Amino acid sequence: MTVYLPIAELSVNILIILGMGAAVGFLSGMFGVGGGFLITPLLIFYNIPPVVAVATGANQVVASSISGAITHFRRGTIDIKLGTVLLCGGLAGATLGVWLFSLLRRIGQLDLVISLAYVILLGTVGTLMLWESIIALRRASKNETVTLRKPGQHNWIHGLPLKMRFKKSKIYLSVIPVATLGFCIGILTSVMGVGGGFIMVPAMIYLLRIPTNVVVGTSLFQIIFVSAYTVIVQATANYTVDIVLAFVLMIAGVIGAQYGVRVGQKLRGEQLRALLALLVLAVGIRLAIELVIPPKEIYSIVSAGRGF
Amino acid sequence: MRILGRIFLLGLFFAAPLTAHAEPMDFTEKLDIGISTDEISITSDFRGADLTIFGAIDGFNANLLAQGKYNIVVALEGPKENTTVRKKQRVFGIWINTNSMTFELVPESYSLSSTRDIDTIAPPGGMNNMGIGVNHMPLTPIGYIGDGSNLTEFRDAFRRLRETTGVYQRDPGGVQFISSSLFKASVRLPADVPNGVHIVRAYLFRDGVFVAAKALPLRVVKTGLEQAITRAAHESPLFYGITAVLLAVVTGWLASIVFRRD
Repeated sequence: MTVYLPIAELSVNILIILGMGAAVGFLSGMFGVGGGFLITPLLIFYNIPPVVAVATGANQVVASSISGAITHFRRGTIDIKLGTVLLCGGLAGATLGVWLFSLLRRIGQLDLVISLAYVILLGTVGTLMLWESIIALRRASKNETVTLRKPGQHNWIHGLPLKMRFKKSKIYLSVIPVATLGFCIGILTSVMGVGGGFIMVPAMIYLLRIPTNVVVGTSLFQIIFVSAYTVIVQATANYTVDIVLAFVLMIAGVIGAQYGVRVGQKLRGEQLRALLALLVLAVGIRLAIELVIPPKEIYSIVSAGRGF
Repeated sequence: MRILGRIFLLGLFFAAPLTAHAEPMDFTEKLDIGISTDEISITSDFRGADLTIFGAIDGFNANLLAQGKYNIVVALEGPKENTTVRKKQRVFGIWINTNSMTFELVPESYSLSSTRDIDTIAPPGGMNNMGIGVNHMPLTPIGYIGDGSNLTEFRDAFRRLRETTGVYQRDPGGVQFISSSLFKASVRLPADVPNGVHIVRAYLFRDGVFVAAKALPLRVVKTGLEQAITRAAHESPLFYGITAVLLAVVTGWLASIVFRRD
């Protein structure tokens, strides 16, 4: 059963796209991540042009973040003020990112930069997560208690000026590191089609020392707006958002996520993190291989009217 | 500069039959062609089709016709765009697009049909001058191309890629005479035929000499849901982008209601 993707300009098997969306949705529900960093590489493996995969991935992130954010909103675990500061940085970052995206596309290096960025990001995050979860698993087997660093501890970031009081998070923090974090995540969103939660959450906890209970909700709040903004800007600047592909992915994704959550609740945290780390590494390695092996065709054609 | 170049090319086009063969312009032959429609709508499940063009030679020499000295070439040229060919090379172990060359206004699709292989109809010089056939169409590079030593390489790659993907096709034998001077030509519309104004060009050759040509416009309009989406994405991108976001918001919101756990 094939469906024609109008923007990607190719016919795909709808069952494969549904399966991809459901699998990533399942994993994102299980691990509590947005799934953008998995969906975009998978689409690229399935020969969707990277430019379309990135912009459409951002659209899928909007859908998968909304339901999570609504739950956090009901529970009151979103710091709107902190989220807004992050968002200001994020929108600026996304604007720069889309500009970079158009520039790289014009000079013909976009596909390469997307692949390289994924290899570096997935390689680093996967390795760190695997390392951390192996240590945690060892500790658990020796029945040691895990001592997290106390949130009261301060580092150089807390000495920066322009401080602001965030009542909900009960912290007094400079807006500079918060907006900078948002800015960096914004660039990633528009160049790679990821929400960036898997980087933002650890950065908020370990670097900014924001209480864990508001971190996930607040990052989702920022992700929704930055990825929605990215989708609109990508659509107007590059015409690369494929609404048909995005819709099939998000339907399968939100359903898959529900089952993922149920399975995730039965597994232990360290095991879960080790599994996710292996998955992240596998996707990164697959992309790295693609860059190194000689391509079947070394020439490619791009015309003003069509083609990528 | 570009305009000058084009005038030069046009000049070549008109001068070709005169300069290539020092014959006086005493051709009495006229060529007429017709298609049943000047616009074709293509639905989204389109997988390629043949377009039939009918034509007639007027004022022909019956003797030459009987000897099969008349040859006809029909080409369906798609809309023209500046087109870039990129080449990958290994840099520090990674395959990177390093060189590129942009050709000025080449057709997005090209289907050629003729009474026999066009290289046996007229000498290659003539075909080059008139730009008939995939191997003879003008591929003029834009911008800096260095010493031009890699021009042939990029032109060959361009032709090869366009032919392997099926957007450039040729059918030597696709033009058939159905009576002494009436002919029928079928040209192939590829599955991913581009939208826009295509031009049907017919050329008449008498014993290897170009004698007459005729051109007709043909509008290709894609219809259906997919096409409506493509049009929306390009013509009202802001509205399209907002719609895509709203679709995601509604999907996510509905999911949170349907699967509400707390």
